[in-house]
Amino acid sequence: MDIVVLVKQVPDTEALIQIAGDGVSIKTDNIKWVMNPYDEFAVEEALQIRDANEGTVTILTMGTDKAVETIRTALAMGADQGVLINDPAAEGSDGLAVAKILAAALKDIPYDLIIAGQRGVDDDGYQVGAAVAEYMGIPQASLVIKEEISDGKIKCDCSIEGGTVVTEAPLPVLFTTQRGLNEPRYASLPGIMKAKKKPLDQKTLADIGIDPSTVGLANRKVKIKALNPPPERKAVKMIEGETPEELAAALIKVLHEEAKVV
Amino acid sequence: MAQGVLVITEQRDNAFRKVSYEAVSEGRRVADELGTDVTAVVLGSGIEGIAGELGKYGADKVLVADDGILSDYTTDAYTNVLAEVIKSREPKVVFLGASVQGKDLAPRLAARLDTGMAMDCVVVKAEDGGVVVTRPMFGGKVLADIELEGDPQIVAVRPNVMSITENAKDGSIEKIDVQAGEVKTTVLETKIEAGDKIELTEADIIVSGGRGTEGKFEVIEELAGLLNAAVGASRTVVDEGWRSHGDQVGQTGKIVSPNLYIACGISGAIQHIAGMSTSKFIVAINKDADAPIFSKADFGIAADLFEVVPAMVQEVKKIQ
Ligand SMILES: Cc1cc2nc3c(=O)[nH]c(=O)nc-3n(C[C@H](O)[C@H](O)[C@H](O)COP(=O)(O)OP(=O)(O)OC[C@H]3O[C@@H](n4cnc5c(N)ncnc54)[C@H](O)[C@@H]3O)c2cc1C
Ligand SMILES: Nc1ncnc2c1ncn2[C@@H]1O[C@H](COP(=O)(O)O)[C@@H](O)[C@H]1O
Repeated sequence: MDIVVLVKQVPDTEALIQIAGDGVSIKTDNIKWVMNPYDEFAVEEALQIRDANEGTVTILTMGTDKAVETIRTALAMGADQGVLINDPAAEGSDGLAVAKILAAALKDIPYDLIIAGQRGVDDDGYQVGAAVAEYMGIPQASLVIKEEISDGKIKCDCSIEGGTVVTEAPLPVLFTTQRGLNEPRYASLPGIMKAKKKPLDQKTLADIGIDPSTVGLANRKVKIKALNPPPERKAVKMIEGETPEELAAALIKVLHEEAKVV
Repeated sequence: MAQGVLVITEQRDNAFRKVSYEAVSEGRRVADELGTDVTAVVLGSGIEGIAGELGKYGADKVLVADDGILSDYTTDAYTNVLAEVIKSREPKVVFLGASVQGKDLAPRLAARLDTGMAMDCVVVKAEDGGVVVTRPMFGGKVLADIELEGDPQIVAVRPNVMSITENAKDGSIEKIDVQAGEVKTTVLETKIEAGDKIELTEADIIVSGGRGTEGKFEVIEELAGLLNAAVGASRTVVDEGWRSHGDQVGQTGKIVSPNLYIACGISGAIQHIAGMSTSKFIVAINKDADAPIFSKADFGIAADLFEVVPAMVQEVKKIQ
């Protein structure tokens, strides 16, 4: 079972996000970069599947030099090899272009299964997984919380509103992760040592046959015109009262009469 | 030239999801600004009976794709059918709900049609014959105004944000030919939890509990029951095994936008806020007056939830 995991490097969820001077991007100087949390689930699941079925886990990332660190983290968790598409011309690509680039890279990597995060917690795009599946012409399963592989088929429990739907499709398949799938392991110290020696291939757009003039910031179909901070909420109104009964009565009164929500 | 608004609706067991009414209403509003028509599409099996309902929210025409192969949603069949509908009708804007189904379908359609798509839009403005949308990024820490290139512009609206407006139009029904093409995925089973459970992403009111509940959700459930609310939870609560994963609100849980979000015993970590910051009103109940949740709330009570929540139950009973 050869598995490719699509891994994106994103700002830590704790990071303070500030809008840059250009008004359309964020300041990146003081940001700590981490593996997208949904991709951690993807790496963990890939390792579990590989260990039960043999095969390899390849980490595929489009990013810049700093993304090497995130790929090494995945290798330290136990993945076998990494491929980084690193080309200045790819920077600023939108989800569709990233998917085109990853799909082009996948032509040189054997796979039975591709696992992606449901979304990157940076742009919250929800685009790349499904678009890669489309470009590879394979079925997809979204928001998977459980999977089972047998006889060349994968059965997925996908979370839907109020429940789950169980689907089955012949491999190769791409699925995206949802919390509940697993608890990602931490990289162990021996794992970190071993990761340093694992293969990590860096490729340019030319290496994978992508014309740079079709991707990158200038060729986005999703154009960011402006970033704004979310509207400020009015300062909190603390409810006053001596007893729980008084507090509850005062709260329900404002919710009923002022906010008109109960 | 591409023109018109197409709305992809979603039904389960012959009932439209609420977000479909929101998408049709928003589609109508935008179409009026653009001076164009709204066509809605319904896909499923044996669904002709419900199609007429969409006229009430402003659909000029309803396309019905009725076929056994569409009875369960599969990415393949729905993408194949909808891509053909879009290619032949050439709408300028396609709306759909950013539900679970929408999140599976919209990006695949966008890739197939090589066009711009935006998920979880909270504002849509008509501009230059098309739309400009606003959507949260970085877990709601910023809002992005986005222009979508390509035809059509695919706009997935965040559930519970757009208002449902009645605006009766013809809603004439046209059955369309279903060419589902190759479908590799089979749906084996659909498991829906106990019928009266309200879905978090669609709830008007959510009562949520954090570690402060110590796993004792009885009072939370009682208040939620009275308010016809859904019950949510922080990640800690789910990690402790007190509630199931489906109840988690936040960056690695559900993103919700109710009218009223009542956070009980939740500290207000940034990853929790990411999941509920677009709620219209936020109430925080926390015994620590310095808890960060108060800085994100509209109304706060600094007290023990085990004393205040039961008292709220009594107060709600009084007004009902
Ligand atoms: C990558 C990542 C993703 C994450 N995703 C999510 C997510 O999706 N959702 C999420 O919620 N968290 C998420 N977290 C976790 C988040 O950082 C917090 O740890 C979590 O939200 C804390 O949960 P809590 O508020 O219930 O618990 P705590 O932070 O422990 O807060 C408990 C609160 O209860 C109050 N309290 C205690 N007893 C009472 C009482 N009797 N009455 C009233 N108040 C009381 C306390 O004063 C305290 O403020 C994520 C973290 C990471 C790193
Ligand atoms: N630059 C990238 N390199 C590798 N995988 C990516 C990249 N961008 C997105 N992905 C994958 O696609 C998923 C969804 O990302 P997005 O569409 O950006 O929300 C992520 O969780 C990753 O699995």
